[in-house]
Amino acid sequence: MAMTGSDVTREGPEGERPGRDAAPGMLRGGPGADGGRRRKGGRRGRGEQLMAPPADFTSYYGRPVIKAPAWRARDIAGYFFLGGLAGAGSVLAAGAHATGRTTTATAMKISSLAAVSLSTAALVNDLGRPDRFANMLRVVKPTSPMSVGSWLLAAYGPAAGAAAASAVTGRLPRAGAAATGAAALLGPAVATYTAVLAADTAVPAWHGAHRELPYLFAASATAAAAGMALVVGPVRETAPARCAAVLAAVADSAVHKAAEERLGMVAETYRTGRAGKLLRTARALTALGAAGGALSGGRARPLAAASGLALLAGSVCTRFGIFAAGIASAEDPKYTVVPQRAAKEARRTTPAPSAERTQPT
Amino acid sequence: MTDHLLSGVEPDPAGDAGHPDAPPRAGFFTDTSVCIGCKACEVACKEWNAIPEDGLSLTGMSYDNTQGLGASTWRHVAFIEQSPPAPEGRTELPLTDGQGSQGPGGAGGTDGSGGDLRWLMASDVCKHCTHAACLDVCPTGSLFRTEFGTVVVQEDICNGCGYCVPACPYGVIEQRPSDGRAFKCTMCYDRLGAGQEPACAKACPTESIQYGPLDELRERAALRVDQLHAAGVTDARLYGHEPTDGVGGDGAFFLLLDEPEVYGLPPDPVVTTRDLPAMWKHAGTAALSLIGGAALSFAVPALKHLAGTTGRKGWR
Repeated sequence: MAMTGSDVTREGPEGERPGRDAAPGMLRGGPGADGGRRRKGGRRGRGEQLMAPPADFTSYYGRPVIKAPAWRARDIAGYFFLGGLAGAGSVLAAGAHATGRTTTATAMKISSLAAVSLSTAALVNDLGRPDRFANMLRVVKPTSPMSVGSWLLAAYGPAAGAAAASAVTGRLPRAGAAATGAAALLGPAVATYTAVLAADTAVPAWHGAHRELPYLFAASATAAAAGMALVVGPVRETAPARCAAVLAAVADSAVHKAAEERLGMVAETYRTGRAGKLLRTARALTALGAAGGALSGGRARPLAAASGLALLAGSVCTRFGIFAAGIASAEDPKYTVVPQRAAKEARRTTPAPSAERTQPT
Repeated sequence: MTDHLLSGVEPDPAGDAGHPDAPPRAGFFTDTSVCIGCKACEVACKEWNAIPEDGLSLTGMSYDNTQGLGASTWRHVAFIEQSPPAPEGRTELPLTDGQGSQGPGGAGGTDGSGGDLRWLMASDVCKHCTHAACLDVCPTGSLFRTEFGTVVVQEDICNGCGYCVPACPYGVIEQRPSDGRAFKCTMCYDRLGAGQEPACAKACPTESIQYGPLDELRERAALRVDQLHAAGVTDARLYGHEPTDGVGGDGAFFLLLDEPEVYGLPPDPVVTTRDLPAMWKHAGTAALSLIGGAALSFAVPALKHLAGTTGRKGWR
C-alpha cells in the first residue's frame, strides 16, 4: 500500500478527514474523469473487451460462489430414490389391489412401508442435530419444500404402514383399502416433491432444471416401483408393471434430454465426471430393464426379475447422478457466474438500458 | 410483476414478517474503496459473537487466509491482487485507444512493466436479503426476520437440516461441522437491540463498514459513487442496492471497484423461491402424470385381455 501513496492509510485512522470520503488515486480506473476503462482483473486472460460479456469468466481465486449442501449422498440421494420407490410403489399397490393382483399388492405395500421407513431413518440421520428431528413439524411452511415434505411424510408414512399391516395380517380389510387409497394419493406427491426440494436452491444444475426435475423424478420413481413389482410379483401379475416400466423409461429419456437442453452450459455437469458416469449408467439400465421386462412377456420369471433389478439400479443411479451433478455445479464458480452474467446481459440488452452498471461505454 | 411476497420490490420486510411497529430497516453499506484489509472487522466479529476458531492455515493465494464466509466466519475480508497478464509474444501490455499504460495510481509512468498492479480489499458479510432464500426454505422456522429487517438463526430451534446452505445465492450460511447447526451473521442482533452498532462497523478504522438505516445508507452510497466518478474512479459501482434485483435488494450492500465475481460475489443473484409457485405446479402435474401413467399401465393389459377374449370368441 505504501507504494501507492494512498491518503487513506495515512489520514483515515487519524480522523482528520473521515476515511470513507477518501478518493485515493490508486483507485482511479483511467487517466482522469474522461475515464477510458483500463483493462484489469482478467487473471484468466480475457480479451480487450469493453462491452461484450466475457466469454471467459473471473472468480475469486477459483473459489465457489455458493456453498454446496453438506448432505451425504447416501442419505439424501438415497432418500430421493427410496421416497420415489415408496410413493410410486403405493400407486402400483393400489392398482394391483383394485384389479385383484393380491400377491403383488401385498408385496408392493410392504416394499413401500420398508422404503418410507428407511427414508425417514436416512433423513433423521442426515440432520446436524438428529435429536431435534421433531422440530420439522414445528411449523407448516409452504415456502419450504422440506417443511411440506415433512408433513407429507408424516401423513404418508402411517397410511403406507396401515395398508401394509392390513394386507399382511388380513385384518380390517376396509380400513386397509382406505389406507391403500390414501397412500396411493399421497405417494405421487412424496415421489415428486423431492424434485422441488432440490430445485429450490441456488445449485445451478438443480434450479436450472426446476421445470423438468419433477417429471424426471416421477419417471424415475415409476421405473423403480415397476422394477420392484417385477422382482416381487408373480409373472402372471406383472403386465401393468411391464407397461409402466416402458412408459417410465420413455419419459425418463425424454425429460432428461429436455433438462439438458434447458441447462445450456450447466448441462456439462450432467455429462462429465461422476454424475456423467452415473447418469449414463442409469439410462442404460433403465432402457435394458424396460426392454427386458417387455420381452419377459409374463412368462420368463428370471428375465422379469433381472429386468426389475436393472430398473431399480437405474433409478438409484439417476438419483445419485442428479445429486452429484448438483454438487459439481455448486463447487465450480463457472456454473454460477457464467449463466448469471448471461442473464444480466440479456436483461441489459433487451429492455431499456439499466443504470445498474456504471462502467463507461 | 407478482402478487406474492416471494420476490420483487418489498418496501417493508419487517412489517410483512409480523412486526407491527418496526424500527427503520437496518443495514450495512460496505465501501470497499476505503477498505485497507486490516481485518479488524473479522476479529471484532469473532470476539463479540464468541465464534470458535475455524482453521489457521495459510492459503498461499493471497494475504487472505480466511478464504470465505462460513459457519464460523461472519465477516470475511477478500484480498485481490490484480495484474493484467502479458499478451502472447509481447512483453508490453496492450494499450486501449492510444492511452498510455497506467500504473495502479493512474499517475504511473508510461512504462507499464511491473507497475501495473493493484490491490482490492472488501469485507464481505451476510447480505440480509429482502427476500432471503435461507429464511424461505428453513423447515423449522429457526431462521426469522427481526424487527430490524435482518435475518437471524435461532440456535435453539435449528436442527441442522442444512437446507439453508445451498439455498443461499451468496454462499453465506453454513453448518458448523463440530456442531451440526447452521450459523451466520446476525448483524449483531443483541447489539442492535441495545441501540449499539454491530461490532464490525464499530471496529472498522476507515469507516469502510457503515451501519445505519438502509434508506439513509442508500442515499449516502449514491453520493459516494458520484464522488468517486468525479474523482476519476470510473469503475466504482454499487452492488446489492437495487430493490428491483433478484433478491429484492440486500440489507448489506457494497461499493465495488470491479465486477462482483472478482470478489467472489454472484453477478446476478436470485432468490430461487421466486420460482417456487411454478415448481409446485410442475410437481403437481408430474404427480398427476405418475397416477395417469399407472392407470394406463393397468388399463392396457385389461383392454388387451378384453380384446383377446372377444377376438377368440369372434374367431371361434
